[in-house]
Amino acid sequence: MAAAEPGTTQAPNALTAEAAVDTRRYSSLGRWLVAPAFIYAVIVTQAPFLVTLYDSTFRWNLMRPDRKAFIGLENYRNLLSSLTDPSDPYTFRAAIVNSIIFTVGAVVISLLLGLIFAELVNHRFPGRGIVRTMLITPFVVMPVASALGWKNLMMDPDFGIINWVLGPFGLDPVWLAQYPRQSIIIMLVWRWAPFMMLILLAGMQSIDEEVREAARVDGATPWQEFFGITLPHLGRFVQLGALLGTVYIVQETDAIFMTTQGGPGTSTTNLPYRVYETAVRGSNIGLGAAMGVIIVVLTIVAMTFLLRILDRMLRGQYADR
Amino acid sequence: MQIAKRRPRSGFDREQATLAWTIVAWVVGLLFFFPVVLIVLTGFKSEATAITLPPRFIFEPTLDQYQEIRDRGFFPFFRNSIIASLVSTAIVMVLAVPAAYALALRPMKKWKDVLFFFISTKFLPPAGIIVPLYIIYRDLNLLNTLQGLVIIYVAMNLPIAIWMLRSFFEEVPQAILDAARIDGAGVVREVVQILLPMVGPGLAATAFLSIIFAWNEFFFAVNLVATEKASTVPLFMQKFITSEGLFWAQLSAASTMAIAPVVILGWISQRQLVRGLSMGAVK
Repeated sequence: MAAAEPGTTQAPNALTAEAAVDTRRYSSLGRWLVAPAFIYAVIVTQAPFLVTLYDSTFRWNLMRPDRKAFIGLENYRNLLSSLTDPSDPYTFRAAIVNSIIFTVGAVVISLLLGLIFAELVNHRFPGRGIVRTMLITPFVVMPVASALGWKNLMMDPDFGIINWVLGPFGLDPVWLAQYPRQSIIIMLVWRWAPFMMLILLAGMQSIDEEVREAARVDGATPWQEFFGITLPHLGRFVQLGALLGTVYIVQETDAIFMTTQGGPGTSTTNLPYRVYETAVRGSNIGLGAAMGVIIVVLTIVAMTFLLRILDRMLRGQYADR
Repeated sequence: MQIAKRRPRSGFDREQATLAWTIVAWVVGLLFFFPVVLIVLTGFKSEATAITLPPRFIFEPTLDQYQEIRDRGFFPFFRNSIIASLVSTAIVMVLAVPAAYALALRPMKKWKDVLFFFISTKFLPPAGIIVPLYIIYRDLNLLNTLQGLVIIYVAMNLPIAIWMLRSFFEEVPQAILDAARIDGAGVVREVVQILLPMVGPGLAATAFLSIIFAWNEFFFAVNLVATEKASTVPLFMQKFITSEGLFWAQLSAASTMAIAPVVILGWISQRQLVRGLSMGAVK
């Protein structure tokens, strides 16, 4: 039955909107209404970024203003050549590696956990709303507060709950010292799995209930229903979650700030944290700016894919395979 | 007979399956939520009870820790957070509502490029602009001011608000708008009498989201504010990084105060969270 095709509930809306835009005359009123927000965003976000580009061409340490000098692309050259230097003088390679580990680790685990959560609350059972609310909560908890809670109440080697639970199994890890990266990823996943759950849940709920019902009548087990119907439908939502997660999680510094301060050594220093260390704490404006530009360039790659997907979803091709 | 054969699972089995599902879901939910429970409970303990193992869930609750953080000057931070998130959100709404209305219903040339421009500013990592922002703020005397924080929080939440509001405006049936226009309603009447009441819940959800993100924001605050005059709650939490972190009960009381206001807003607007963060792509 054509009407039972998943996604048709979304499509008409988007299509009429699209058609309406085409038939309506472009109005000059619109331009005036958008202008304030547009100008604001340009001034506050684009202008500083241009200044970042400019600053990145200087040798400029706030502690040594007398030595400020234009050096062209030398900051970039230094940073890029440090990537092959075994001593990693700017802790730049380590920061890139850690950023990748945190982002990929947190995105993948959050997606898997989010998928399980979404499937759990996509069924009817008593207290479903409460369980969903509990699962969403970590996402709105202030990250610096929850990081401190994880560091102390949960992961403390002496008085923390996790080690108290693990004790009888003969495990007694010193979380943030022995497994700093894993610990950070745990905190990130706790925050981002709810977000993935919400995206995937929206995806699951756009599946036509009749299709599920038909499968159930045919005697499909919940297992078959999940792998045969739910999962194939979720492709685009998984993509969206992964890309949004990537651009948001790459920016994360709160947990690192509150727990490890980038350590032990440089094992949890990610790119944004390294910029903070270099420019704000180390007063090295030029080098910090160059790092910032490189982060933006790396983000733009992920962003390009993301915008393409958003564009497609906006056009209402929600659930096509 | 036929029908009975095609339904291999009896009602009893189904009931059992639902029961099992309920138990698993509740256990998973409670486990995941547990750190929040732990923080809130510990805030009502004495420091001595806070570090007992096994953890005590039944204890004589005390407000000592709240007294303690008040004495340590928590409330000015709290007030600063309220001002920064409310004022920035108000400005966000003033800028975003007209822009979203136009982008949804009165598109100009290249409206799509404009829309994607906004989104791209959201994905610009703060680390990419923090360095010059610091210098510019220093030169404009905006370092260590709430105004400075408000300015950047508006920019941070504006793209989300525009995309989200736009998706609400788009859901208003075109027929209603056409009818109003045929009746000769001007733009102002169209917006005030027809649109705003219809997208009211959407406006509220957007504002809530903006408040939540501003309230929780730490990176800009820690880079741009170094004095207590303009410090927000996340900066109060920063005090607990070092030795103060040993006072678990006090830390937990402060955390509870830090998370309670926006967790409640988050619960109210939970259905819209994903719409905001996915720029309206997922509803």
